[in-house]
Amino acid sequence: MSQFIPESLLPYLPDTIQIIYLIATFFFIRGLKLLNSPATARKGNQLAALGMFIGIVVTLFDQQIISFEWIIAGILIGGLIGAVLAKKVAMTAMPELVAVFNGFGGGASALVAWGEFSRLVDPTTMTPDSLVTTGLGIFIGSLTFTGSFIAFGKLKGFISGNAITFPGLNIINIGSMIAVLVLIAFFTFDPTNQTIFWVILGLSLLIGITSVIPIGGADMPVVISLLNSYSGLAASMAGFVIGNNLLIIAGALVGAAGLILTQIMCKAMNRSLANVIFGAFGGDSGGSAGGDAGDKTVRETSAEDLAIQVAYASKVVIAPGYGLAVAQAQHVLKEVAMKLEERGVQVKYGIHPVAGRMPGHMNVLLAEADVPYDQLLDMDQINPEFKSTDVVLIIGANDVVNPVAKTEPGSPIYGMPILNVDEAKRTVVFKRSLSPGYAGIDNPLFYDEKNQMFFGDAKKSLQALNEALNDV
Amino acid sequence: MSTLIFSLFIFVLACFIGFELISKVPPTLHTPLMSGANAISGITIVGALIVAGHSGVDSQLSQIIGFVAIIFASINVVGGFMVTDRMLEMFKKKGDEK
Repeated sequence: MSQFIPESLLPYLPDTIQIIYLIATFFFIRGLKLLNSPATARKGNQLAALGMFIGIVVTLFDQQIISFEWIIAGILIGGLIGAVLAKKVAMTAMPELVAVFNGFGGGASALVAWGEFSRLVDPTTMTPDSLVTTGLGIFIGSLTFTGSFIAFGKLKGFISGNAITFPGLNIINIGSMIAVLVLIAFFTFDPTNQTIFWVILGLSLLIGITSVIPIGGADMPVVISLLNSYSGLAASMAGFVIGNNLLIIAGALVGAAGLILTQIMCKAMNRSLANVIFGAFGGDSGGSAGGDAGDKTVRETSAEDLAIQVAYASKVVIAPGYGLAVAQAQHVLKEVAMKLEERGVQVKYGIHPVAGRMPGHMNVLLAEADVPYDQLLDMDQINPEFKSTDVVLIIGANDVVNPVAKTEPGSPIYGMPILNVDEAKRTVVFKRSLSPGYAGIDNPLFYDEKNQMFFGDAKKSLQALNEALNDV
Repeated sequence: MSTLIFSLFIFVLACFIGFELISKVPPTLHTPLMSGANAISGITIVGALIVAGHSGVDSQLSQIIGFVAIIFASINVVGGFMVTDRMLEMFKKKGDEK
């Protein structure tokens, strides 16, 4: 659109664009800052969106851009798809959606690096610097692209959530990564060699698949966070390729965000990142169902009995897990909580960092059911409170309250920080059966003498409890 | 100082800002943070615009690549910001109007 600018002002255009990019950067940083508090977060997101809008509009004035058909068509098509996905998605499917968006972001960055390379008729005129970043951009972007779609498939159940692996896969993966890096070095010396270019692209796409396939379903929160970080890095690399600071900065911010979330998730599961990537742990079928369950007894409770217990408690903590959301029981849970509060019972929610299927997922699911966010306490906040809690309702959660994480050094989840529900006076587990959870580990909490089991579908059980509360 | 080194400085400093900004985000907001950050990574659309909008005799391939890149990045940007807004709209404090 630079043709609309008067001739006399054209020399100032490049600098003006850069200054406006600086303003967009300001909006991104300010937006992320506002995301630090639930009260201002929405404004923060809108500010970041405004920054993006400014960045896009001002780019259209770049003198290199002279045809607009492709641009308009692309934005319309992509924007429409994105808007529909964003409107339609169920909150439970948020991890899948973020994985898909990640994939498209990474893919776009790889394409930008490739497109920039291919539009220069003679690649030998490119400096080694920009050739290296082109190679890296294609590498990171492509592996984010395929990796994200594999993660999507795993979350959606198209691909088995089990850790799919075979001996030597890790060595193949590491070998391929080294091979790509070596090829990028060759590419820098001989950018005219088409074969090298295609092998880099192909291998990168392949690495995305083979490095996510062996990761178990339970570790998907870590993988999504990591892929989020990669999509930021890929954008940064694309920024290096086209020499654009806005891309470099925005990409770096996202890369840092993803890395922090990855760390938090790893810590919440007491796993190192290397262990998640190479460990192949956890599945969705629970192969090692505890064989010693038969000789232990559990105490069962009923809706009426439980209604009396909670109605006369002074403090009730709810420990929700993903099972709650699967059963779509958040809304009736909220009703139960409201009834208890009307009776003067103090109700809080204790949220484990991996309660959902991505960082903070459970909070969003409860927010959807109008649970106020100041009632949602994270693990460090709620753990000191269990000693003074009368009843803990554990709904659809299992591994995150499993005491073997503290007691059995041999257990795969040993060392994972958990919600210390066993410190409360009484616990009630809402569950269909005694089957082990996502990680496939038996839970001795079920057999604890302070614990009662409320068998059945979480939603039906809560509905029964809700009705029983009317009669107390 | 080469452009690469200059860009590296910017990159590293931006990483530090990112760490500082995000390490304080409470767990309640981690999902919106991730989807919001994800939308920001769609900034690569700026690069896609330049690749697709550049016209020339031999640029057919790069225009098509740029076109696909714009579609991908637009999905990321529009979808990411919209879904984040949808989530954040639901976050309410006790006593807030519904």
